[in-house]
Amino acid sequence: MATYKISVNNKLMTVDADADTPLLWVLRDHLNLVGTKFGCGIAQCGACTVHINGSAVRSCSMPIASVGDYKVTTIEGLSVDGTHPVQKAWSEIDVPQCGYCQAGQIMAAAALLKKNPHPTDNDIDAAITNICRCGTHYRIRKAIHTAAMEGVAK
Amino acid sequence: MIDQSFSRRDFVKVSAIAGGGIMVGFSLLSDAEPAKHAGTIFSPNAYVSIDADGLVTLMSPNPEIGQGVKTALPMILAEELDVQWDKVAVEMAPLDPRFGQQMAGGSGAVRGRFMPIRNAGATARVMLISAAAQQWAVSEDDCYAENGVVIHKPTGKKLGYGELSAKAALLPVPTTVKLKDPKDFKIIGTRVHNVDNHKIITGQPLYGIDTRREGMLYAVSARPPAFGKTLKSFDDTEARKVTGVKNVVKAGNVVAVLATSTWAARKGRDVLKVVWDDTSKLESTSDHDLAFIDFINKKADTPSRNDGDVDAALANTKVIEAVYEVPALSHANMEPLNFFADVRDGKVELYGPTQVPSNLRSAVSKALNIPQENITLSMPRQGGGFGRKLQTDNGVEAALISQAAKVPVQMLWMREDDMQGDFYRPATAFKYRAAIGPDNTIAAWHVNGAVLAAANGRGNATIPNGFPAASIPNFRSDNHGLPSNIQTGAWRAPTSNAACFADESFLDELAYEMKKDPVALHLELLEKCKNQPVGNKPNYDVAKLKSVIDLVTEMSGWGKKKAPNVYQGFATHFSFSTYAAHVAEVTKKADGTLRVTKVYCAVNCGRVVNQSGAENQVEGAIVDGLSHAMFSKVTFNKGAVEQTNFHTYKFLRMKDAPIEVIVKFVPSEDAPTGLGEPGLPPTAPAVGNAIFAATGKRYRKLPFELGKV
Repeated sequence: MATYKISVNNKLMTVDADADTPLLWVLRDHLNLVGTKFGCGIAQCGACTVHINGSAVRSCSMPIASVGDYKVTTIEGLSVDGTHPVQKAWSEIDVPQCGYCQAGQIMAAAALLKKNPHPTDNDIDAAITNICRCGTHYRIRKAIHTAAMEGVAK
Repeated sequence: MIDQSFSRRDFVKVSAIAGGGIMVGFSLLSDAEPAKHAGTIFSPNAYVSIDADGLVTLMSPNPEIGQGVKTALPMILAEELDVQWDKVAVEMAPLDPRFGQQMAGGSGAVRGRFMPIRNAGATARVMLISAAAQQWAVSEDDCYAENGVVIHKPTGKKLGYGELSAKAALLPVPTTVKLKDPKDFKIIGTRVHNVDNHKIITGQPLYGIDTRREGMLYAVSARPPAFGKTLKSFDDTEARKVTGVKNVVKAGNVVAVLATSTWAARKGRDVLKVVWDDTSKLESTSDHDLAFIDFINKKADTPSRNDGDVDAALANTKVIEAVYEVPALSHANMEPLNFFADVRDGKVELYGPTQVPSNLRSAVSKALNIPQENITLSMPRQGGGFGRKLQTDNGVEAALISQAAKVPVQMLWMREDDMQGDFYRPATAFKYRAAIGPDNTIAAWHVNGAVLAAANGRGNATIPNGFPAASIPNFRSDNHGLPSNIQTGAWRAPTSNAACFADESFLDELAYEMKKDPVALHLELLEKCKNQPVGNKPNYDVAKLKSVIDLVTEMSGWGKKKAPNVYQGFATHFSFSTYAAHVAEVTKKADGTLRVTKVYCAVNCGRVVNQSGAENQVEGAIVDGLSHAMFSKVTFNKGAVEQTNFHTYKFLRMKDAPIEVIVKFVPSEDAPTGLGEPGLPPTAPAVGNAIFAATGKRYRKLPFELGKV
């Protein structure tokens, strides 16, 4: 057990945890930020996707000890009250079915648009590798294009 | 998170913390009694309550597993109640007998609830109109309701529902009410967003796994590593040394480690030393495959359907034979199984994901020997269902752990536990034999199916009365169930998800053999069924099946010239009271590989309640069907699942998803039918048939990996 100070959603948080504790469980169980979801625990499904210094990372496979000074952003910190263009597009296109994987999908999409404000279908194919059992892929693609048009680059 | 308590028999308080602290009270009175106990809150039935401020709360009775009923059912209520959709609050109802059967399964929620819920909404509207008419001392006939307001037509006087709630609460509840004329519908049939969108996109606590309670411990269990194994003994010395671990308890056939975090519980679980006994046969997929071969080559003692004489018709003629196989599948809900249970002082509080809350409560009652009236159960939004949560094992396990440890617990399965502990879509094999008559029509069709079944051997592989039954003069359908200790159960569109792939692929083979267009062959068979039906009545309606075939043919430009690298495949199916027809389009890429680029789908599901939700269900069912057709399978080695997590149990990713999924509904005035399942079955055969069109290769075994075609 050790004490870690990590930056989550622009706040410095103090966490007592074993060094091998995945960031996912630190967020969910220690910091009560439950928007980041557990799906597989082996970085396959992407339900646990967060931003580390703005890049999409699967938090289930990132131990707390390796977070260091990186800035962690979770779905709760992506915007104030769901106003990020990706969140707005998700709502407008009515993407979610069960909704469980969508926080991870949104974080993956937001990271993509930050690097590539106007992705092609091929870019989306390459960047979005999260699993959705409900099969919302078609709407995810539409929502990413919608968010791109509404100017994520701003 | 819903905190629910029964303070009096006739009064329920629901505190929806996640919804911003709305307090709603509603009476538990029968329909015939006046709603006098409700005070200023008007609640003529369990579904609707309106407070003095005009806040309208609609209870959604059936579990929400992603099929959209938490939006669709309140839409139906709001329609008859005549309120503005954006002014209502929707809450998930707890388990409560006043809601009747609260279930998510068989694509039945909207189908079963449509009329009762319309009645519930209309009852409230009629009473609010009565209250206004009494207040104004005018005739009810001169009043009408609109957007949460009652209006006196001759004078234009208005009273809001909130202003009327106290008075309406004192009126007797009418036993019959006049429903709206469907031509006046303002909400039903429109495009309404999922009611939980905002909470989902902002990551608010919504799901069972998000439950956090005072004094709660996280539980992760050591579970049997294979079917056929039973817990013998365990040593928890090392587990108890893990920081955060508070307790280790035996609960049925599992050993649970309770800790202050999920990770600590998991680490403790991983260092338990558990001895498992082999108490029944350790089965492997190779054993099942051998048994299936034996089965599909011999007739069942009693055929499931038997028209004419297939043996005579298949003798002395060219017989077209084919064997189709589908693997076992996992439900693999994105939210791994979990449940919250608090068992203390002979009382049980349950909160978690289930498709069958009343079954779950009775199973917990039996397992814990605690009467049902001491058990409360509420449901969160659920991260998928697909049939897995028709089982009650997750709730029972959590309750047993809480009972043994005497603390509130949140029990969570790791993904590996979920893969090994499923009730799988059973592996199924089909053998077809058919003959073409001298007039180039199908003279004989014999399907012989074998399916992995429960220990009693009961199980159906084929759909004996489904299309093309009743349209072929000699038709036989046989079924064999292979008894197994591997758990099997309903998986999205059970039976149909396998049988439709086999039937519609084989029919495509016959069309090719007969040099007929596959769509034309379907229409020819339907025409026969209409004019000269053979044997017992089939399960499908000819006109409705034709309606979706006609629409999808038109949508997809079937039979018309396409780009030289684009190929189409067709399939159709009737299941869960709904008709669906698909045309899948594959594109041959420059490197020679194929991608499913477009899927067109026509659906006849009666009246559509929520256009957006309905399209989403069908789009999703298509992608889900494609995903499993292309990638997923479960195999067993000595009772153990070989695909332990998503690195080997594969799903479709964006790069293999269709670029477009185009769904249209046949306009209909009929009552709505189900949509959670019917869009799935035709996907695999439509894609398989398109691959055949593109390559001349027939894939008869799922999954097929398109990248390797």
